[in-house]
Amino acid sequence: MEQNSTMLGKIVEVSCTIKSALKGRNFEVTLKPYLTVEEKRLAAAADPCGCMEQYFTLNEDLKQMLESSKDSAKLDAMKRIVGMIAKGKNASELFPAVVKNVASKNIEIKKLVYVYLMRYAEEQQDLALLSISTFQRALKDPNQLIRASALRVLSSIRVPIIVPIMMLAIKEASSDLSPYVRKNAAHAIQKLYSLDPEQKEMLIEVIEKLLKDRSTLVAGSVVMAFEEVCPDRIDLIHKNYRKLCNLLVDVEEWGQVVIIHMLTRYARTQFISPWKADEVVDEYNENNFYESDEEQKEKDQKLKSTYTMDPDHRLLLRNTKPLLQSRNAAVVMAVAQLYWHLAPKSEAGIVSKSLVRLLRSNREVQYIVLQNIATMSIQRKGMFEPFLKSFYVRSTDPTMIKILKLEILTNLANEANISTLLREFQTYVKSQDKQFAAATIQAIGRCATNITEVTDTCLNGLVCLLSNRDEIVVAESVVVIKKLLQTQPAHHGEIIKHMAKLLDNITVPVARASILWLIGEYCERVPKIAPDVLRKTAKSFTNEDDLVKLQILNLSAKLYLTNSKQTKLLTQYVLNLGKYDQSYDIRDRTRFIRQLIVPNEKSGALSKYAKKIFLAQKPAPLLESPFKDRDHFQLGTLSHTLNSQAIGYLELSDWPEVAPDASVRNVDVVESAKEWTGILGKPKKEKPTEKFYSESEEEEDESTSTSSSGSESDSESEKEDKEEGSTDETSGSSSPSEESTDSDSDSKENTAKKTSRAANESDSEDIKKKAEGISKKRSTSSSSDTESSSSEESSSGSKSESDSKSDSEPGKPRSATSTKKEEKTVQDRKTPNKQDVFLLDLDDFCPVTTPVTVPTAAVLSPSLTADLEGLNLSSSSVIDVTSQVSVPTKTYELLHRMSGKGLAAHYHFSRQPGLFCDHMVPVQVTVTNTTDQKIDNIHIEGKKLPPGMRMHEFNPIECLEPGGSTTVTMGIDFCDSTQTASFQLCTKDDHFNVSIQPPVGELLLPVTMSEKDFKKEQGMLTGMNETSATIAVAPQNSTRLVIIERVMKAANLGVVSSGQDNIHRFAAKTVHSGSLMLVTVELKESSTAQLVINTEKTVIGSVLLRELKPVLSQG
Amino acid sequence: MIHSLFLINCSGDIFLEKHWNSVVSQSVCDYFFEAQEKAIDVENVPPVISTPHHYLISIYRDKIFFVSVIQTEVPPLFVIEFLHRVADTFQDYFGECSETAIKDNVVIVYELLEEMLDNGFPLATESNILKELIKPPTILRSVVNSITGSSNVGDTLPTGQLSNIPWRRAGVKYTNNEAYFDVIEEIDAIIDKSGSTVFAEIQGVIDSCIKLSGMPDLSLSFMNPRLLDDVSFHPCIRFKRWESERVLSFIPPDGNFRLISYRVSSQNLVAIPVYVKHMISFKENSSSGRFDVTIGPKQNMGKTVEGVVMTVHMPKAVLNMSLTATQGSYTFDPVTKVLTWDVGKITPQKLPNLKGIVNLQSGAPKPEENPSLNIQFKIQQLAISGLKVNRLDMYGEKYKPFKGVKYITKAGKFQVRT
Repeated sequence: MEQNSTMLGKIVEVSCTIKSALKGRNFEVTLKPYLTVEEKRLAAAADPCGCMEQYFTLNEDLKQMLESSKDSAKLDAMKRIVGMIAKGKNASELFPAVVKNVASKNIEIKKLVYVYLMRYAEEQQDLALLSISTFQRALKDPNQLIRASALRVLSSIRVPIIVPIMMLAIKEASSDLSPYVRKNAAHAIQKLYSLDPEQKEMLIEVIEKLLKDRSTLVAGSVVMAFEEVCPDRIDLIHKNYRKLCNLLVDVEEWGQVVIIHMLTRYARTQFISPWKADEVVDEYNENNFYESDEEQKEKDQKLKSTYTMDPDHRLLLRNTKPLLQSRNAAVVMAVAQLYWHLAPKSEAGIVSKSLVRLLRSNREVQYIVLQNIATMSIQRKGMFEPFLKSFYVRSTDPTMIKILKLEILTNLANEANISTLLREFQTYVKSQDKQFAAATIQAIGRCATNITEVTDTCLNGLVCLLSNRDEIVVAESVVVIKKLLQTQPAHHGEIIKHMAKLLDNITVPVARASILWLIGEYCERVPKIAPDVLRKTAKSFTNEDDLVKLQILNLSAKLYLTNSKQTKLLTQYVLNLGKYDQSYDIRDRTRFIRQLIVPNEKSGALSKYAKKIFLAQKPAPLLESPFKDRDHFQLGTLSHTLNSQAIGYLELSDWPEVAPDASVRNVDVVESAKEWTGILGKPKKEKPTEKFYSESEEEEDESTSTSSSGSESDSESEKEDKEEGSTDETSGSSSPSEESTDSDSDSKENTAKKTSRAANESDSEDIKKKAEGISKKRSTSSSSDTESSSSEESSSGSKSESDSKSDSEPGKPRSATSTKKEEKTVQDRKTPNKQDVFLLDLDDFCPVTTPVTVPTAAVLSPSLTADLEGLNLSSSSVIDVTSQVSVPTKTYELLHRMSGKGLAAHYHFSRQPGLFCDHMVPVQVTVTNTTDQKIDNIHIEGKKLPPGMRMHEFNPIECLEPGGSTTVTMGIDFCDSTQTASFQLCTKDDHFNVSIQPPVGELLLPVTMSEKDFKKEQGMLTGMNETSATIAVAPQNSTRLVIIERVMKAANLGVVSSGQDNIHRFAAKTVHSGSLMLVTVELKESSTAQLVINTEKTVIGSVLLRELKPVLSQG
Repeated sequence: MIHSLFLINCSGDIFLEKHWNSVVSQSVCDYFFEAQEKAIDVENVPPVISTPHHYLISIYRDKIFFVSVIQTEVPPLFVIEFLHRVADTFQDYFGECSETAIKDNVVIVYELLEEMLDNGFPLATESNILKELIKPPTILRSVVNSITGSSNVGDTLPTGQLSNIPWRRAGVKYTNNEAYFDVIEEIDAIIDKSGSTVFAEIQGVIDSCIKLSGMPDLSLSFMNPRLLDDVSFHPCIRFKRWESERVLSFIPPDGNFRLISYRVSSQNLVAIPVYVKHMISFKENSSSGRFDVTIGPKQNMGKTVEGVVMTVHMPKAVLNMSLTATQGSYTFDPVTKVLTWDVGKITPQKLPNLKGIVNLQSGAPKPEENPSLNIQFKIQQLAISGLKVNRLDMYGEKYKPFKGVKYITKAGKFQVRT
């Protein structure tokens, strides 16, 4: 049965070709069934229920059905025809019958006819023309979907004659009111271009027009068309660059991929390299975003030496970052490659987590992603080191995945992790998958050469493998050992001997050849064995592989030169065998060697140097990653995967030395406004496409903008215009959340207007442009008081928003903060501008002046700062000294009133940073007069300080009334030690010896850092720099609040927000040297906790550890 | 971009082809067959193959190869991701993505492919839109269609494609408004010989089934969102809300969809719910070996571990196995050398054990390595990371929906080395 039907199939196909051949001559010919009645009956009997049996009569049947008046019959016929097309069978002779139905009223019939037309129109161009008028009519249909589908089919019919019609249709559709039709127009551009490349110029015009489109629907498709038709016309992108960046989040996922790839290329031609100035902290100061040009220039001259990232460059990086969270692997990969190729090296790391996530996906996705990671991991190990374990191999992985993972593991190997890796490799070597086991041996070899510490271990391990049962494993080991020995042959005679013994058993040619080469190369080290090996191999010479034969010849030559007495005959024998070998390679080699080594009268000068030639020091082979040379391809591309340039691959250009004019990207206000009034005015559909994310977009801007007034006002006004444009939409379904954000944005609008001093604008579209323009003109001298206060105001506004307090009375928090600000100006002046946000955060929640509220501050502020830091791009590498969270501090006695003759003094550590000098710890001394007489001229004298320590005395107290007390502040530089500072407290008449010994916790200044940075820093401070202890924690101390409070009380640490509830992190730096001090408290089960301190200052670290222990364990 | 698509079954028959541009001959697939032959195992067929004039990018799903023909440079993941989307759509429409299902519904398949790609560039890939354009087949509809001659092509034109929310269709109406969330967590782990954890992490997804009328705007919040380390979102989720407030805010698609997938931060220790005691040994020169495996519960938070299945790829030298299981049943496939032991539920009182003799091919050398054990299990009503949904709020619609959250923990790639 089965066979019968396949045979029939063949018959059918033959008859088919005959038919079409006939038709070629005259396609009006009606077809007659060629098969006899018997054959037909046979066919029917053979397969009564399949579709095959009808085939011979089918065409006639189908024709009749197509011509019938009933739709159901037509539909049936069309379905069968589509079935034929799907199977790849020829149904072209039905063309005339089918094409008639193109105007059918039934949508499904129509669709199927379209399917048919697209498939066969190219072959039957004349007849296809019959259908054109139908499409032309449909192009004018009031329904946008019908217009779109007509354009789709029209452009898919590959008939050169209709090129002008297509061109016209595309032009018309490109200014259609419906974005969906415009999207289809963009697709049609590519189709027309592939059909007739001569239309390029005209098509570029259409592309230019569509690139200006603001609809997210169109963006992806038109960029695709751009890439296909005119990828070199970078100039078309300039004006649309910022728009594309801003739309990106809302574009459908496939469009995102295309746009990101295009923008990567664009950015590489327009911006200067962020890598050169990598050591310069890449702090992006958005204040200069919209500076006027003159100022920009001024600044440029000033900052010529340092690198500042172009704001547009930053815009791209910022807007693509959220897409790392896409569910679409292609989008994630596209963003990853963008960061790889464009971001400063310090920021590229954020993509690794997302890439590792993709490894959970299908094997195909894994394959591509792993390849890209392999390339990345060669250049920047650090990016993937934290995820080392994610690349561990499972026995169920397909071999190609295993090998890629192994490749990455090898790339990531370093001194720190090599021992774990080697243990893991040991498991792999035993794998049943021998190809993988062999690859593992290669990997071990690579680790051994790269990391000298483990070379010997690896070598020993490999030698053990030589006794493995599996030949492939042994052979691979031999090859790898050969390479390893070459790097350090001095003391490995034993191994060579061992390998010589193996020669009897190994049959794999490469391995045999390797052993022979080794013995030849080091024949002087194994003088006894070498001739014997030659004797054995000479015996088996004729049966060896070519590769082995060549090495036998080499071995004999080398032995002849070093030990001709024993091996002369053998060598001659081998050379004779080689002379008559079948392979010309071997005959050649034999001739060459004979001339060189065997002295005869004709031999030239060369033979004198034969020994030098053969036994020269050979450079050791480099064991390199096969992915080494892939990095010149753009990541994520087909070319990268194939490691060869694919058709249509566009080279990523090098960064320009000098950035091209950035002003080309400035959008001309008037022109574009005019351009868009036409489209914006009419269809309501336009707006919502952008509206959906608008609210969230704004949120991002508030939070990412570390006081970026320029971009903020920009986005706000954008928001505003959306808001206004779609009020009817929102009011319909205004949810509570939306309402609240609405009011937020209103209030923010106000601030925006205030800061930019914009006049009241009514036209929604204009606001954006104007705000942009105005803020551009604004001076950015952020040091000026008015400016900074206004920017702070606006950010405080946004803060109260994120706290989801309604802004109904915005005056209140603002005035509050500003008063507080004044209090803090002393401190603020010292800290960089960027820090404003942090300071204000803390202010908002914890009034510094009242120590009682400290606990709440500790709970709320870290999480918020963390949120902000997460958003703040530039914070990653900056660690700031935070403002103080003052803690009720313990008071120490300096001088008892009994010993001070009525003068009493106490001191405490005020934890105010750097009042005197950066390295000094501020100490507040309260002096009290308990006598009934005035005490005059209290001052310090007779300082006895250990070397290095310095002290800033307080100003002498002129006089102290009886019973009065006064507080003075002094600064002591303890040099990061707990040594005592001794001095004399003097009055007019007396001298009292006093001393101050600082608790270790006071030698610190708290710093703010994100959890990520904390971990990064911690990662660098391991080993010697880490001290840890396990402590019992009193049950009442196990809440976050209490722990923070207690730790802060004991030491001047900054809280680092933590993602886990059971881990608490604190960071500080030492006052004198500024070394980091990282404290981690991890709560474990059964009320114990692990206390870890990482610091360079190990002494202080251990003292601090000792001090912190009782803090948590005491009830 | 994507020029043509061929669907090929396991025996190497091309059973469907579709061209979006000029026709590419089937012979291009010969390069694919060549690579397939070289790879031996279907899993090892390289996804990207270069031929003189084209590039072939393929995926393997449900015993079908989807081979796409590419002519110019394109991000390979773009194509791979799209092909998987196609397979997902078939799965969604026909309940399975098999050769027979595709052959039976060849017209719908063609219509779908036509809508999903235009000139090789993805057009409509959201299932909500596609379902409006082309109705999925049901038995009832096919009966009705055959009688009335109506079609499965939607006669009302879909609005979703044009709306601001492309993933949701307009005019959804339900009498019972329901929203269900399944929090499914999978433990990926490698346990070494001695029972210590080499690598473990928790990967989770939240699958949703939302049947809500109108245009509901949902926000879902967690008790402990900080557990989520790395998250990927369905496009419907407002990313910025998550960034700032750690709340999932979205207008959901209609029907089933995957809301987020996430990874739990790697610092957290992963509780491993089962332990395995194993004794597998092959004797030298005796063509037999011993096999003894016991599975027991561990750190399961008071929940029962159920649905336990163990699969072992035995070495090639194994001829047969004669074992006895104290619980469940086992099968050994002598061709693929796969041992499957379906254990079921674990009761701590009586631990399931599988013990017996392994027969080796006589004369074959003793296998180097013991096989690793792949364990599957399920724990109902538990998210092993401790993730908890706090609340679900709905805005924009007046009615009160029925809400439900379910937690399941499963074994992901859970491997015990022996």
